[in-house]
Formats: sequence, structure tokens, C-alpha cells
Amino acid sequence: MSEINSKTLESQTKSSVFRRRVFGHQGVMIGAAIVLAAVLIALSAPLIAPHDPYYQDLLNRLVPPVWDSRGSWEHILGTDHLGRDYLSRLIYGARISLLIGVGAALISGLIGTVLGVAAGYFGGRVDMVVTFMITVRLSMPVVLVALAVVAIVGGSLQVVIMVLGFLLWDRFAVVMRSSTLQIRSMDYVAAAQAVGCSTTRILTTEIMPNVVNNLIVIATLEIAHAIILEAALSFLGLGVQPPLPSWGLMVSEGKDMMLFEPWLITIPGVALFLLVLAINLLGDGARDITAPENRN
Amino acid sequence: MAELMIDAKDVTRNFTISRGMFRGKQQLKAVNGVDLTVERGEVLALVGESGCGKTTLAKVLLGLLPQTSGTVELCGQPINDVPRLALARTIQPIFQDPYSSLNPRKTIGSIIALPMKVQGIADQDSMRRRVEETMDLVGLPPRLYDAFPNQLSGGQRQRVAIARALVNRPQIVVCDEPTSALDVSVQSQILNLLNDLRNELNLTYIIISHNLAVVEHIATRVAVMYLGRIVEIADTDTLFKDPQHPYTRALLDSVLTPDPNMGIPNNQLGASYPNPIDPPSGCSFHPRCVNAMPHCATVAPNGKADGGHYVECHLYDDAS
Ligand SMILES: Nc1ncnc2c1ncn2[C@@H]1O[C@H](COP(=O)(O)OP(=O)(O)OP(=O)(O)O)[C@@H](O)[C@H]1O
Ligand code: SF4
Ligand SMILES: [Mg+2]
Repeated sequence: MSEINSKTLESQTKSSVFRRRVFGHQGVMIGAAIVLAAVLIALSAPLIAPHDPYYQDLLNRLVPPVWDSRGSWEHILGTDHLGRDYLSRLIYGARISLLIGVGAALISGLIGTVLGVAAGYFGGRVDMVVTFMITVRLSMPVVLVALAVVAIVGGSLQVVIMVLGFLLWDRFAVVMRSSTLQIRSMDYVAAAQAVGCSTTRILTTEIMPNVVNNLIVIATLEIAHAIILEAALSFLGLGVQPPLPSWGLMVSEGKDMMLFEPWLITIPGVALFLLVLAINLLGDGARDITAPENRN
Repeated sequence: MAELMIDAKDVTRNFTISRGMFRGKQQLKAVNGVDLTVERGEVLALVGESGCGKTTLAKVLLGLLPQTSGTVELCGQPINDVPRLALARTIQPIFQDPYSSLNPRKTIGSIIALPMKVQGIADQDSMRRRVEETMDLVGLPPRLYDAFPNQLSGGQRQRVAIARALVNRPQIVVCDEPTSALDVSVQSQILNLLNDLRNELNLTYIIISHNLAVVEHIATRVAVMYLGRIVEIADTDTLFKDPQHPYTRALLDSVLTPDPNMGIPNNQLGASYPNPIDPPSGCSFHPRCVNAMPHCATVAPNGKADGGHYVECHLYDDAS
């Protein structure tokens, strides 16, 4: 029995294996760097923002960014149509985007995981009900429903998070259902049953750890999705309400001046694009890293 | 008479097969009226073609699938009345595929400790000691305690599965093709290990296998299954020397090649395996049987026991 490659076991500590796996993916590194930066900026917004994002300086309206010949270092990214410092608004906007993305993904992840795992594990009637719910949910156009709800209830940060959270669980449910279905048929689940494990124990120690890597991937997708939807809702005036500095709202407020002051929409637009791209890169990498077959 | 560990009477297990939305549902009789007894210390082999219901029967005996009808008694107690944990202490499975039977996210140590954790009988230290003892018993080096399953070979994984099954010292072990997923060179190691463990721990085995050489080597009694029924049971020696059921003979012929010049033996099983949803009438083996008689197609044969040798075939009907 010399079957084991003892070198693999002894010369590599867990963390070095982990590091090699992380550095093997440049995309993850870029994504992680941007996401980390966004998180840090969001957390320390009051410390790093050069101005009050709500302070209106009507004498200094529509100052262009510093790279324009009319720009100044006082307002690095210029000011908007009310004379508010654009960089500060962008920094505070990161808070809103991340809060909405993570908040909505948490709610939808919880709903989708519970439904999907239950459907996949118990099958039968439970599965029928959940599959029906997924079908119903998929037949509702997210943006329209969100618009309608927000139009009725009124837009606010909490409402947007709740509405998106209750709308975006379908992908969680579909993926959790199919991966649970697959794991449930593995012999180690039968072995756990034969050993006398309770259903709760099987779900938490045998099923969940083997499906959770999909959860991370979907969560990143849905965070990005929620951020974009929030921007869209805010752009349409039905999301986060002014004067909160949401990136979507910034694009919306800048669209009238798009021809002459294009930075008003390109700056928040690029910020949105980068953040969403970075989250997706991170998600791709997370999937590769957490797959157990990559552990060696 | 020795102590009865398993006493199954007329056990049936159906699966409901849905054939699309408008065509209704059908019952597939995966196990169809099986009577089976296993005594303490026996090694009962279950043989038969793929799809004849061996795994299903094993799962019913393990309490993993409820039977559709019939009774299973485990050490004299109906299996449906045995509490989950007590059942787990009595009977344990070893599965065919060691790549699917170990949770890839857990260390070997915690996989083997799981049965003890579930029973809640031991503290951390004694659990660890017990796991290490059991690893030693099945021939796993202690350094694998913190390894993950994907760092192990197939043979080592199967040893882990055996250790998990044995750590609480069950009385009965059901092995579903314990070696067929392994390298030939490792198969005999695992079989010898199972054999040694049986003597050492006084175990009773039910072993499912396709491999008649394995069966002859390890089993004390053999049950031959065909389409959900046991068609012949006998002591291993008797069965190999004096097979009575035409299906058993065909199975044995298909592995014993007496003369290489004769080519592949003609096992007479030319007709393909029937669809279990729609089994043949009368004796379900009749479309493939070389000895089939006219009434075989209409009348199902009754079982006939001659001492310990049970066979279900019209050839052995009493002349009347
Ligand atoms: N969960 C299930 N649902 C529907 N049909 C099933 C199910 N499990 C088994 N069957 C059917 O029951 C029959 C017996 O299956 P079983 O797995 O017991 O056969 P087996 O003898 O173990 O075969 P093998 O040697 O290939 O493992 C087969 O026809 C199979 O298709
Ligand atoms: S009963 Fe008839 S068909 Fe069935 S095995 Fe015996 S001889 Fe063959
Ligand atoms: Mg099987």
C-alpha cells in the first residue's frame, strides 16, 4: 500500500495549497482587489470623502473633473448640477450599492436556499410546490414587478432591499435544488442515514457543505444583479430617493446634461461597471477555489 | 439451530415509475416476495444480473428503504419498530463506490468518528482513540487521520468505509459489491480484510457481488436473484457443485471456461434481460430458459426446499 503520495501530504501545509490556488487565478485577484477597495471605501467613506456629499455649493455647479482644463484639485471629479462634490457622492454611493447588493443577496439567498435544498432533499410534494413557486417567480418580470411595488409602497433604501431580496431568489432555488438532488444520491448520504444521522444533521453536515460553493457563486451573481437593478430603479426615479448618492441616481440626474458634461454619467457608470465586473470575477474564482476536486 | 439475525418474509418493494404526464404511473417490483433468513456468523452472498433488485433488497434490510409489503425481522424485532440509533448499531452498509461513499469535505478522522458522534456515547478523546484503533484494524496508517478522501487511493477509501461501518461494532454488515469498483490488485486485499474482520469481530455478512469467484471464495451460502425474486439458495459448496435452477447453471457456465479453444461459453442467456416493469408471465425466466416447458409460461413455480437447498423451478415439481 504505497498508494498515498506522502509528499503531497507532508510538504504542503493547507495554507500554502490555498495560496497557490488563489494566485493561480489572476481574474480573482483583480476582482478581489476591486471589491476589497470598494468595501474599504464604503466603510471609511466619512474619513476619506473630501467633502460633504450633501453640501450644495450653487456657485460651483458643474465643475468638470481635474483632468479637464477647467477642473481643479478642489473637486477632483468635479461637481454635479447642485454643486455637490462628485467624488464624495461616488464614495458614499459605494455604500449604497454594496448595502443593497449584499442585503438583497442575503434575503434572496436565504429564501432560495431553504426552498431549493428542501425541494432537492425531500422531493415528492415538497419538490412540486417549490418547482411551482419557481415557475411563478420566473414568469414575473423583475423590473416591472419591482417598479410596481416601489411605485405603490414608495421608494426607500429598505424597500428596495426587501423587494429585490424577495424577487431574486429563483436562481438560488434552482441551483440549490439541482445540486442537492445530485448530492442526495451520493452513497455518503445513504451511509449517514445508515449510521443513524437525523435529517437535520444530514442536511447541515453532509449536504450543505457540498452545495455551499454553488451558493457563493450565485450570491456574487445576485449581488451584482441587485446592484444593477437598484441602479436601474433609481435611474427611473423609483429606487433610492434623492438626495441619497446612489450611483444609478447620479446617472439619472446627469442624463440631462449628458451632451455637454458627459463625465456626470460616465463616472458613476464606470464605477458600476467595475464593481459588477469585479464581483463576477470574484464569483468565478470562488467557484474554482472551493471545488473539492481542486484541493490537491 | 443458530441464532437468526435476519428473517425476511415475503418482502416486496415497488417503485412508482411515472411515464410522462398523460400515460399514468406504473409499479416496478424491484423486490418481489423475497423470503430470506440469515444466521449469526453466516456470509450470505446475493448474486444476480444487474437490475435484479439486489441493492434494493439490501437497502430494505438496512432500513434505508421501507418495504412495500412483507416483514423484516432483525434479531427477532420487526425492523420498522427498531429505533434509528439501535438499528444503526446492529446493521451497517459498505457501498460499492468508495468515491461516492465518503464526504469529500470531511477528514478521514471525522468520517470514521461520525457513527460514534451520532450515538453520542463517547467524549472527544475516547472517540479519537477508538477511531485510531479502528483505522489500525482495517490497515489504515494513522497519518491519514487528518487527510481528505481525495488524497486517498480507492483501496484506502474502501478501508475508510469499512472502518466507518465497523467503528460501533455492528453485528451485521451488508456489503454492496464491495470490491467491484477497485483495482484488481486491491480487490483481494479488501476481501481478505473483510474475511479477517469477520472472524475477529464475529460478524454476519451479506455480500452482493457479480463476481462468482469472489462469492465462492468468501460466502458460506449463496442466494441467486432473478427479477426481484430469490430463485435458488444453497450452501456455497452445494450450489457450485450441484446448481439446480437453470438460471444458476447459466450464471455458472458464463464464468467457467473449461477449454480456451471453445471460445466464449454459450450461457444460453441469449434473450435479453426482461423489462422489470412488465415481467414475463408464469416463471419470469421462461423466455431465456433452455429447459422451459409449456406450462412454465403460464404457471409460476412454487419454491421447493430440500434441506437447506431451496429452488424455484418446475423441473423440481413433485411428479403428480
Ligand atoms: N429509486 C428508484 N426508482 C425507480 N426504480 C428504481 C429505483 N431504484 C432501483 N430501481 C429499479 O429497481 C430495479 C432493481 O434495482 P437494483 O438497484 O436493486 O438492482 P441491482 O440488482 O442492485 O443492480 P446492480 O447489479 O446494477 O447494482 C431496477 O430495475 C432499477 O431500475
Ligand atoms: S420453471 Fe420452467 S422456465 Fe422457469 S426456470 Fe424452471 S424450467 Fe425454466
Ligand atoms: Mg446494485
